[in-house]
Amino acid sequence: MLTVSPSPHYQSDTSTTKLMRNVLIALLPAFIFSLFIYGISALILTFTAVVSCVFFEFAINKWLFKSDEYSIRDCSAVITGVLLAFNLPNTLPLWMVVVGSLVAIGIAKMSFGGIGCNIFNPALVGRVFLLVSFPADMTTWTKVSDYSVDATTGATPLGLLKESILSGKTVPQIELPSASDMVLGNIGGSFGEISVIALVIGGLFLLCTKTISWHIPVSVLGSMFIFSGIFYLVNPELNANPLFHICSGGAMLGAIFMATDYTTSPMTKCGKIIFGIGIGCITIIIRRYGAYPEGMSFAILIMNALVPLINKIKPHRYGS
Amino acid sequence: MKTFTIGGVHPKENKLSSGKKIERSPLPEKVIIPMAQHIGAPANPIVAVGDAVKIGTKIGESNGFVSASVHSSVSGVVEKIDMMPDFAGFKKQMVVIANNGKDEWEESIDRSSELNTNLNFTAEEIKAKIANAGIVGMGGATFPISVKLSPPKDMVIDNLLINGAECEPYLTADHALMLEKADEICVGIELLMKALNVTTAKVGIENNKPDAIAHMTEVAAKYQGIEIVPLKVKYPQGSEKHLIQALTGREVPPRQLPAFIGCVVCNVATTFAVYEAVEKNKPLIERIVTVTGTGMQNPSNLLVRIGTRISDVFAAIGGVPEHTDKIIAGGPMMGKAIQNIDAPIMKGSSGLVCMTEQEAHRKKESNCIRCGRCVDGCPMGLEPYLLYALSKQSMVNELIEHNVTDCFECGSCSFSCPAHKPLLDYIRLGKAKAMQQLKAEMAKKQQSENNKN
Amino acid sequence: MTIVNTIILLCAIGVLAALALYFVAKKFKVEENPLYDEVEAMLPGANCGGCGLPGCRKLAVKLVDSPSLEGLYCTVGGEATMDKIGEFLGKKVQSKEMQVAVLKCNGTCAKRPKTINYEGISSCAFAATQLSGDTACSFGCIGLGDCESVCQFGGIKINPETKIPEFDTSICTACGQCAQACPRHLIELRKTNKKDMKIYVACSNTDKGAVARKACTAACIGCGKCAKVCQNEAITVSNNLAYIDPNKCKLCRKCVEECPTGAIIETNFPPRKKKEETNE
Repeated sequence: MLTVSPSPHYQSDTSTTKLMRNVLIALLPAFIFSLFIYGISALILTFTAVVSCVFFEFAINKWLFKSDEYSIRDCSAVITGVLLAFNLPNTLPLWMVVVGSLVAIGIAKMSFGGIGCNIFNPALVGRVFLLVSFPADMTTWTKVSDYSVDATTGATPLGLLKESILSGKTVPQIELPSASDMVLGNIGGSFGEISVIALVIGGLFLLCTKTISWHIPVSVLGSMFIFSGIFYLVNPELNANPLFHICSGGAMLGAIFMATDYTTSPMTKCGKIIFGIGIGCITIIIRRYGAYPEGMSFAILIMNALVPLINKIKPHRYGS
Repeated sequence: MKTFTIGGVHPKENKLSSGKKIERSPLPEKVIIPMAQHIGAPANPIVAVGDAVKIGTKIGESNGFVSASVHSSVSGVVEKIDMMPDFAGFKKQMVVIANNGKDEWEESIDRSSELNTNLNFTAEEIKAKIANAGIVGMGGATFPISVKLSPPKDMVIDNLLINGAECEPYLTADHALMLEKADEICVGIELLMKALNVTTAKVGIENNKPDAIAHMTEVAAKYQGIEIVPLKVKYPQGSEKHLIQALTGREVPPRQLPAFIGCVVCNVATTFAVYEAVEKNKPLIERIVTVTGTGMQNPSNLLVRIGTRISDVFAAIGGVPEHTDKIIAGGPMMGKAIQNIDAPIMKGSSGLVCMTEQEAHRKKESNCIRCGRCVDGCPMGLEPYLLYALSKQSMVNELIEHNVTDCFECGSCSFSCPAHKPLLDYIRLGKAKAMQQLKAEMAKKQQSENNKN
Repeated sequence: MTIVNTIILLCAIGVLAALALYFVAKKFKVEENPLYDEVEAMLPGANCGGCGLPGCRKLAVKLVDSPSLEGLYCTVGGEATMDKIGEFLGKKVQSKEMQVAVLKCNGTCAKRPKTINYEGISSCAFAATQLSGDTACSFGCIGLGDCESVCQFGGIKINPETKIPEFDTSICTACGQCAQACPRHLIELRKTNKKDMKIYVACSNTDKGAVARKACTAACIGCGKCAKVCQNEAITVSNNLAYIDPNKCKLCRKCVEECPTGAIIETNFPPRKKKEETNE
């Protein structure tokens, strides 16, 4: 019996699962690097986050939504778990990680209807929830000196910057890590923050496989660079240089992996650039004037709320 | 390399029959010729059951301004005139002619294969010959060419564009024609230039046919004013509006004809048919059909008489391949899946693509992840994900606001969706509802204007 | 102490807000004929459009304002509701015959085999534009459920085994939405009685008899035997298809027995008495 279906009779080879798989592969260099630096604790933390995210999505789907479909098959819960873990300090108690996963999946994703329906980035919602609920645990970092496995507690570069300025020092007086230290990962922080180069490798992989387009990463990093550059030129005593800003904190991770999340970013090219510029500027403002040392998570969440408005910008129509 | 600027996708080309020489498909026992093979009013049959006809005898007269005439493609006797199903199963009026095997042609037709380069015709004479030969757009749109060559008086034509893009995967009919009949095509272009009173013409050919580009460039050098332009390979480059943008940089405004911005587009197969009609007095009675598929032993470009049943075309090449689950009339992006294999080949049938079990079925649908690939792919700059959602909710006013009527159903959105959502199906439904509402509004407006007067 | 102050303050704000709302509601109240509300309350409130007006409120307004109730009937509420309203307004109710929806197709999966496999969205309206159907009958029910989804009262269900809709006549209000939704115009609102006894030709195929029969074993072949046997001249055969006029049909069931393909359907009749064998 012949099959009759409406055109088109071709479907592209990509699928949601393949796209999610590409993102996981892109996160691999950063994960391997954090294993190398933090050892087994990185593995345990990431594993806990991933397993709890997958379990919560499966459980909510099966027992709350009463659906027969296995939505976990598309691996998006795994990515939420990995990204959440990449945002946390490695000393965080595991039960907090599970709570964070529950908030990320249960509240930020499933309560909106599952994949494709959420407004806010689930991993960031989980992270911000943990940050606001358990501020002390979420801001204790281990620092690695010269790639040795011995770790001593210390602040992240941004934390160091904020504290020093608040205590009256000027920027040239603070011993900020060098750019090469930050790029290669000789600093303290969460797994996703420390090695810029590992993240950039992942980002290039995503660009080559056409999983993401260049618009969001370039506009986020570019606007951060330019905006912080203006601040630096005006007052180098109170502002760090722009290179420091784009290599520190969650800037790279946020620009390449968090802001480019499909569901929570705009649909049109023009919209993506506006989104990226908004994130960049808000991040710098929070870092400079806000109480928190790191502003990327909040900036992304704020812009996520504006995405439905940005989506009203229509793409260029043929013939107009 | 020139291309269109908005959207576009890159489906697998699968030009399996590329480079194959045109083969003549054996003449069938009978032909079934539909009266409606074109856009516009169906032709009126002017023969009766029992009449003897020759190859090229007119059997259907053009009915109105936008219509075309239809001719017999075999010699024999008219067996039946009845409503019969086309390949989608819809009943249309068709004339069945039994082939007497004697291969008798109308006397006026010049059957020699020599190249005629006589350009001593006036524009009106050329248009009349084209109308008489029943020539319609053979790229698939099937718009009557004589109507295209007579645009409204206030529209001045300064550009003749010839469509050699053949952007649909699998199809190579135009490619084969450009390799074997380049001179005839060029003469056809000269005739069309005369009919439109222009002095230059551009032929757009996609870059996956380098031999055709080289050959056509070589041959076109012998003629005046014909420029061959290679185009980047991107679907849907062969769409009229996008060809115009790539070759001239102009964009056709919404709801307007290409003639509005001074352009007329004609397919290469149609141009060849114009040559045959004007120089050889031969009406449109046969065309090249690419019969292909990954499961096919010998994908080829066949010269088929109009009205040959699809089952007969396959029978002559050894039958439908095993494990074929879907047969498409046309290309895989915009072609229609065949329901009735005894339906005839028509003037616009450019290909028969056989899809195997693995290829024929739609993949499982999942949630929209709002990745934006549909928006990136749409060549008209629409937002398919939004039109899909609005159509599902039957929000017709919003659909019209978001320009659903601009959509020409190229399929780029459904093709690029990673969640395999049937975007184009719902957009088609929405488009139908929107057209219905717009028509009703126009009628109401017309009525209220009539009442005022 | 601060808690007590807070409570008092909040209570005071609440009382002020309540007073403000009360005065605003009084001042800006739209004066309407109070009868509109009362008649609207008597209507079922389904807003189905079966009366031809957009919503129960509009019907209530029209019932109150029109001098007579001619042309106004709520099919969902039926006789009971219309009588009540007529009595309340002091106007005469136009009685309407009882109607239910029937499907003029009995091409189940068993009787009308599939010839192709359709893969597309589950919308009859869409499928009707793409192909002539997934069976050899291009007139019959497509079975994708446009009627089921449009029925607000849940009176239509597509039977998963037969793939054609089944109408629950106890729910059917004859609002006509399903008849409008069907792209093949197979649904007819037919006159019926309190026991829902009706006889109709469950086929819409106008192809020649042999062609129709080949496509579906329950097709009407246009043989005309039913028309011959009908003593009330209720049956007409045109275009190879028979049609029973419900106004002339006296429900004698002779045509049902006579039909060679079983295309004529009778519903809710008592079982027939067995014919006794007579030796001639």
